Amino acid sequence: MVSHGFQLPAFVTALAVLSPALPAAAQEAAHVFRGARILPIAGPPLESGVLIVRGGAIVAVGGPDLPTPRGAVEHDLSGRVLLPGLVDSHSHVGAVSGGDDSSPLQPDVRALDAIDIASDSFWRARAGGITTVNVMPGSGHLMSGQTVHLKLRAGARTIEDWLLCDDPLTDVCGGLKMANGTNSLREPPFPGTRARSAALVRGLYHEARARMAAPDGGDRDLRLEALAEVLAGDRIVQHHTHRHNDIATVLRLREEFGFRVVIQHGTEAWKLADEIAAAGVPVSVTVIDAPGGKEETLDWSPRIGAILEQAGVDVAFNTDDYITDSRLLLRAAALAVRNGMSRAGALEALTLAPARMLGLDERIGSLEAGKDADFVVLSGDPLSVYTTVEQTWVEGRPIYDRSRPEHRRYAVGGYGVYRRTAAEQQALRRLLAGEAQWAQGVQWVQ
Amino acid sequence: MTDRPGRAVCPLLIAAAVLAGAPAAVSAQLAVRAERLHTVSGPPLDSAVVIAGADGRIAWVGPAAEADVPAGAEVLEAAVVTPGLVDAHSVVGLAGALNSRAGPVRDQDQLERSSPIQPELRAIDAYDAAETLVAWVRSYGVTTIHTGHGPGALISGQTMIAKTRGRTAEEAVVTPARMLAATLGRAVSANFESPGTAAKGVAMLRAALIEARARAERAQAGADAGEGGGESGSPPARDLAAEALGRVLAGELALLVTANTVTELAAALRLQREFGFDLVLDGAAESYRLLDEIRAAGAPVVLHPPLSRVRNGSFETAARLADAGIPFAIQTGFEDYVPKTRVLLWEAAIAAANGLGRRRALEAVTLNAARILGVDGRVGSLEVGKDADLVLFDGDPFEYTSHVCGVVIEAQVVARGCR
Repeated sequence: MVSHGFQLPAFVTALAVLSPALPAAAQEAAHVFRGARILPIAGPPLESGVLIVRGGAIVAVGGPDLPTPRGAVEHDLSGRVLLPGLVDSHSHVGAVSGGDDSSPLQPDVRALDAIDIASDSFWRARAGGITTVNVMPGSGHLMSGQTVHLKLRAGARTIEDWLLCDDPLTDVCGGLKMANGTNSLREPPFPGTRARSAALVRGLYHEARARMAAPDGGDRDLRLEALAEVLAGDRIVQHHTHRHNDIATVLRLREEFGFRVVIQHGTEAWKLADEIAAAGVPVSVTVIDAPGGKEETLDWSPRIGAILEQAGVDVAFNTDDYITDSRLLLRAAALAVRNGMSRAGALEALTLAPARMLGLDERIGSLEAGKDADFVVLSGDPLSVYTTVEQTWVEGRPIYDRSRPEHRRYAVGGYGVYRRTAAEQQALRRLLAGEAQWAQGVQWVQ
Repeated sequence: MTDRPGRAVCPLLIAAAVLAGAPAAVSAQLAVRAERLHTVSGPPLDSAVVIAGADGRIAWVGPAAEADVPAGAEVLEAAVVTPGLVDAHSVVGLAGALNSRAGPVRDQDQLERSSPIQPELRAIDAYDAAETLVAWVRSYGVTTIHTGHGPGALISGQTMIAKTRGRTAEEAVVTPARMLAATLGRAVSANFESPGTAAKGVAMLRAALIEARARAERAQAGADAGEGGGESGSPPARDLAAEALGRVLAGELALLVTANTVTELAAALRLQREFGFDLVLDGAAESYRLLDEIRAAGAPVVLHPPLSRVRNGSFETAARLADAGIPFAIQTGFEDYVPKTRVLLWEAAIAAANGLGRRRALEAVTLNAARILGVDGRVGSLEVGKDADLVLFDGDPFEYTSHVCGVVIEAQVVARGCR
């Protein structure tokens, strides 16, 4: 990047310092990014495109003729490729935890109360071009807690500085993590069978429905209040599910309760593509290198993206970090293209599609005037292994710049780069508690 | 290596019609024509042909214009052709996709937890040639795997070298016993009550090696004294564990030591200095901090897959090893959860894109791997007399969006179609 008179603010030096999310000052100078091949996702690619940003928002996106506003700072991005910031709709970064072992149904628990925003794991996301991430508790519960949507803004001091809602005391700031299949089958009080799993979930939703219908609304009940938000359509269910019959159960629950739901993983979704398409339910796929790891994922197909796309299903790719590495989310799209998905569909699956799945597509996911100025500068073709993420910007400010050695180290790793705190290891163990029956040992947690 | 991009046509696998009524070719049964041929042993050739003989070996390699393709041979065509890939360390075939250690189907046989030192365990007694993951890695171009007992015990057992084909270990095997798999460090303590510390683990290993050496010396002394030297007149019962360790001390088997931290790597070099065995360093995450010592010891490195979650791992370690002149290969390794195997091509691709470059990355998964495994007389490059193991691509092998469009093992097409 060649910048004229523009210096990266000192805040990028670490996670610490500087006030977060400076009020979008109207007097702030515009920044003009010129020369890149821009992939707006919302429209066709723009050769030698121009992106104009002011006060954290996109002012204009267009071709080379777009004029530079008076007093704007110019950035030459010739030869680069510019994409919307990637949206990861399923991640476990930040030493997140959710429910404990006391119950399989814990919709009252909020991920946002647990996340360590200083965790090195967020650097994987920044280095991978991810600007918005849905951080979720694990899949060892039928309901493991409320997920949280985070914008990785520069200079954050507490998680409040990363939220996409205004106030966590009053607003819906994420989704609800649910799971079925083998991960949540455990010793009592957890269910021992699939049917019991569904019965427990249905029971609690019916309780929430009854409470909503009560004239006085009933006593405070954090569990039922969260489910009321789901039933009202304000909180989206992010549903871990792998096997075809478990996916069908998700569709059945959705029909009964009418909630908004995203199929997460959906390993066998390719077997039910038409049914999923007919239900209008999107699928957020975790792309893994080989089938298996447990019985429910033996029928993983690399063609899942192509099959779902052809059936008309809205498809996203997620990292499920730590399962796959946030630095390589672009790779998921590339492998989908290898296996027959369209390039446009695969890139949308990293941006606008996951934004829709989080209910945030009015703000993020594409480069359009009025949307948040979240974008990634790439050295070349987004689908090439030789391409690097050069810069990641959130709301008009850089959060990652590969030309800085203290940032580049997070892209490649090395000695002491990714520390694993005790809290992080503990969180990971808990996260994988439901997998323990399959993944005995889990040496990489150590 | 510079592969021309584009070449949008994927299915370049063309089976030329075998001439009806023509007698089966004696001198050749398969010819592979490449727009770009990476022999690895020499510079890449544009528009070249490999002709495989009926014996499964390469009979001829050269410019297409000079190729004398025998009548009746099946002819395959591809944009890019490389040698079959050689995975320098895997547990595929012992560790399966199901990831189950209990129940009616158990497929995690890479680690026996009854005792921390079990050199007598043979890979060939556990290898499942029909395991899903064997076909999986083959479909992505791996034709030779070094597989067997995995990390996690002081000595977990023996490794073998196999071709990714056949119904049984016997049909697949290239070398039935190649190395003993050892592990240093805390990782062992997760699986056994003792050793509970890294130092105890080294002490236990040393004791086992010293005992094996003494036993070998006694046996030698007995042999020197003649057959009647035995106390009872009959030979002592065989000790399979000690024999395997003896083969390490005699240089017949290498010791593959999984060591990732500097402490573990230094301990491995110290053991080698004490016992003089053939050391192959495995994992070697922090090897970039010990380059001089590793090079001085002459120990090759079988590097962890770049995408593994190993602590302090770096995408640039492969480049650092190559720049330091240390012989190394890239492995797919062992994962206890997901993915149950990694794809060697894509691991090499990460290294290629992070300083190693395409030529050296290809070497790290072909000829250099074959050399470390001691099978470079058979595989790893496209040369006359070597096994006709080839991979066909429609573009740069390392690009995510390229496809493997055919895999050949000893002149037999074992995977067709592009994926």
